[in-house]
Amino acid sequence: MADIPLTHIQTETMPAGLKGIAADLSSDQQAFKNVSWGKAMIWIFLLSDTFVFSCFLIAYMTARMSTSVPWPNPSEVFALEIGGVTLPLLLIAIMTFVLISSSGTMAMAVNYAYRRDRRTTAILMLVTALLGAAFVGMQAFEWTKLIHEGVRPWENPWGAAQFGSAFFMITGFHGTHVTFGVIFLLIVARKVWRGDFDREAKGFFTSRKGRYEAVEIMGLYWHFVDLVWVFIFAFFYLW
Amino acid sequence: MTHAVTEKAEGQHHPIKLYLIVWGWLFVLSTFSYLVDYFGVQGPMRYTLILTFMILKAGLIVAVFMHLAWERLALVYAMLVPVGAVLVFVWIMVEESGYTLFTRVLFLNGS
Repeated sequence: MADIPLTHIQTETMPAGLKGIAADLSSDQQAFKNVSWGKAMIWIFLLSDTFVFSCFLIAYMTARMSTSVPWPNPSEVFALEIGGVTLPLLLIAIMTFVLISSSGTMAMAVNYAYRRDRRTTAILMLVTALLGAAFVGMQAFEWTKLIHEGVRPWENPWGAAQFGSAFFMITGFHGTHVTFGVIFLLIVARKVWRGDFDREAKGFFTSRKGRYEAVEIMGLYWHFVDLVWVFIFAFFYLW
Repeated sequence: MTHAVTEKAEGQHHPIKLYLIVWGWLFVLSTFSYLVDYFGVQGPMRYTLILTFMILKAGLIVAVFMHLAWERLALVYAMLVPVGAVLVFVWIMVEESGYTLFTRVLFLNGS
């Protein structure tokens, strides 16, 4: 499978709207016109990941709606006491801001990557990775705190037993995604720094020519992780 | 779909300012959703606000950060239509949960 150059596709002359969809899907060779195979594949992966996280959140919803035991109040469970003042959900709010900021720096990294500004791209990606690592660190702190307070997947001191299993499953899976994101951010940032995408150096695994699009594909994954957190924050912590 | 932004040879080209504005909005919306909990808003108002801020944030991330607003509709629909199946699943499980709760209350004395 060769890398089809996308430059010859003139999207301006192609039909728009529903006719465009019909034309694209029934056309020759490529259904998704001005995206490369790599971007099409990351989107399809993200869609499948959407289903994974949807299933977790739906399982949590089902557990919470079908139990006759009161659900622990997340506002109190995740409260932090600072200087004698109890602030609800403080750490979770900080985690949200950290992850959103990392999404912002990532979006800018993608932008600078297409301007072929190696230095700025690599620095922004490293900042993104750092913020991601900080998020995982706070997640670990949260887990430690809750485990010390007696939260287990099968019991907790405040109410419905399913609270623990839903919490560990959902935040654990999300934290794993962030962790892998950080690792891949470091790998791609290193490639940017070395100039692999300027030299079109072949990847060690795929042996395909390196392109700056790799940064955008990395970005799509990273934004998705942030997107999932938006839903977890709303449904698990605020609901 | 606007054609104001024309596709160059490779990738998406937008001014940095756009990302900073979206970033700012995400901060504002997150603060709002945090304040919902901070001020202890309860009842239908709480759920409406949480969902509104959530959908706005998700929309901004997907549309601008992930550039879906500038993709061809074939890709946009391929990504967004299947999410409808999730909503159907949600509805099925809401019904199921109601029934489970009903049987628990009726036969297990609410345990």
